[in-house]
Amino acid sequence: MEKRVVFRSAWLPYALVAPQLAITFVFFFWPASQALWFSFQLQDAFGMHTQFVGLQNFGNLFKDSNYLDSFRTTAVFSVLVAGIGIALSLLLAVMADRVVRGAFAYKTLLIWPYAVAAAVAGVLYAFMFAPSIGIVSYVLKGWGVSWNWAIDGTDAMILVVMAAVWNQISYNFLFFLAGLQSIPRSLIEAAAIDGAGPGRRFWTIIFPLLSPTAFFLLVVNVVYAFFGTFGIIDATTQGGPATSTQILVYKVYHDGVKAADLGGSSAQSVILMAIVIALTVVQFRYIERKVNY
Amino acid sequence: MVENRPFLTFLAHAILIVGVVVIAFPVYVTFVASTLTLEQIMSVPMPLWPGDQFVANYTQVLTAGSTKGSTAAVSTMLLNSTVMALGIALGKIAISIISAFAIVYFRFPFRMTFFWLIFITLMLPVEVRIIPTFKVIADLGMLNSYAGLTIPLIASATATFLFRQFFMTVPDELAEAARMDGAGPMRFFRDVLLPLSKTSIAALFVIQFIYGWNQYLWPLLITTDESMYTTVIGIKRMIVGSDAANEWNLIMATAMLAMLPPALVVLLMQKWFVKGLVETEK
Repeated sequence: MEKRVVFRSAWLPYALVAPQLAITFVFFFWPASQALWFSFQLQDAFGMHTQFVGLQNFGNLFKDSNYLDSFRTTAVFSVLVAGIGIALSLLLAVMADRVVRGAFAYKTLLIWPYAVAAAVAGVLYAFMFAPSIGIVSYVLKGWGVSWNWAIDGTDAMILVVMAAVWNQISYNFLFFLAGLQSIPRSLIEAAAIDGAGPGRRFWTIIFPLLSPTAFFLLVVNVVYAFFGTFGIIDATTQGGPATSTQILVYKVYHDGVKAADLGGSSAQSVILMAIVIALTVVQFRYIERKVNY
Repeated sequence: MVENRPFLTFLAHAILIVGVVVIAFPVYVTFVASTLTLEQIMSVPMPLWPGDQFVANYTQVLTAGSTKGSTAAVSTMLLNSTVMALGIALGKIAISIISAFAIVYFRFPFRMTFFWLIFITLMLPVEVRIIPTFKVIADLGMLNSYAGLTIPLIASATATFLFRQFFMTVPDELAEAARMDGAGPMRFFRDVLLPLSKTSIAALFVIQFIYGWNQYLWPLLITTDESMYTTVIGIKRMIVGSDAANEWNLIMATAMLAMLPPALVVLLMQKWFVKGLVETEK
């Protein structure tokens, strides 16, 4: 896509892109290249002496069972967040698309969790489920369920998944609702005339037509679970108990900021960047397909 | 609606109401807790009906803050959050719209190189380059400053793309007419493109305001001075230990204050919000 009509100036376009490029260089390329550089270095405990060690940091990472566990934790976490979040929001969107009365009110009441910061969402859930004083913990205790995310790894995972799904559900809901509303009514009416009931219409017409939206949301939700949930983790479990909710992003932060392991943390950053780039490529291939669709 | 099935309609309403209630419950509990005394919250189970400490709790956090962890007044934090959110939203819009204008309406050497350099930043969220970016900010002496809070976050490929897409749909005839009338590029930008971009700007502003207000990791790293805390960071700093050690009534009042501005933006500017959300993801 190119414009037919353009303006001519020897210096103006450079002046216009300069602010963005300057910021991009100082705060993106410079730090990213430093991360790459640090990842090949080993620093002693006092930061006085650094040594070039090639790929040794990466080798150590993949020998480190904590790091491999963190991969597994991240995988479990993102599958749960994306799966549950997409299923629940699809259910709500299909229902909201169905009702005639009160549709706008429901929509309004379902979209505001998007405005809540991840860290605040984490604090809210930590408070409701606080082992000794939380209102939900109290009810669960009454039912004989022993729930304590401060000492049980599985409970901690459930807590962060709930907070993350809650925080992301309005986003998914809006995209599904937009997708549903763009499906031509004539298709659904034709199926109804042919005698297909609501369930059949959903699985044979609506669901296939929504699959591009669902795929897009899957990528977005995985990216969210990988990076956007840092605040939730830090405000609730801080990766614990032990390392049962230590996802990759949290480990980069923990190793780099709290344990001051510059080389190891940078190597983890580099691996994360590779993952983000892969996810972005997947997302863009999808968008190209959508254009042809 | 293609047929009338009362039971299914009833079921749809039931599911939606359950959804709305479940989603609203955490915020309701937060609100109730923010109107109670600490003793009432600690006496398990806490009441589920608002108490009479609303004025007392909110006055205390706004003017004095909590007594544990962070002791800064939340009104300062709200101001910091506002500066950060507005700075990021307006800064992003400003630098993105002019660079998109340059890339779409000019032909110049390295145009595509610049485009790809900006594009790549899409792939590098702050979270993956935490420590080196922190070092850059520290070297530049931008810790504990508004500049440090906003500038590193205002380079955005998303916004540049949005404006580029939009400029592509603007008819060439407008630029032609402007040129024929002797208008220079900046005149055309100010008098033709900017007014046409109003809705895109509004949509982007809503999304970026929320993004800026809700930033967590970045202010957590670079604000060590209490007077520079944003509201979200303040909440986190007020949590000092396990359940019983915290002043939950004050934390919850601060949480309500942290949620209110972005929630209002979403609800009052719902149309722009939905448009912005859908368009920034294209």
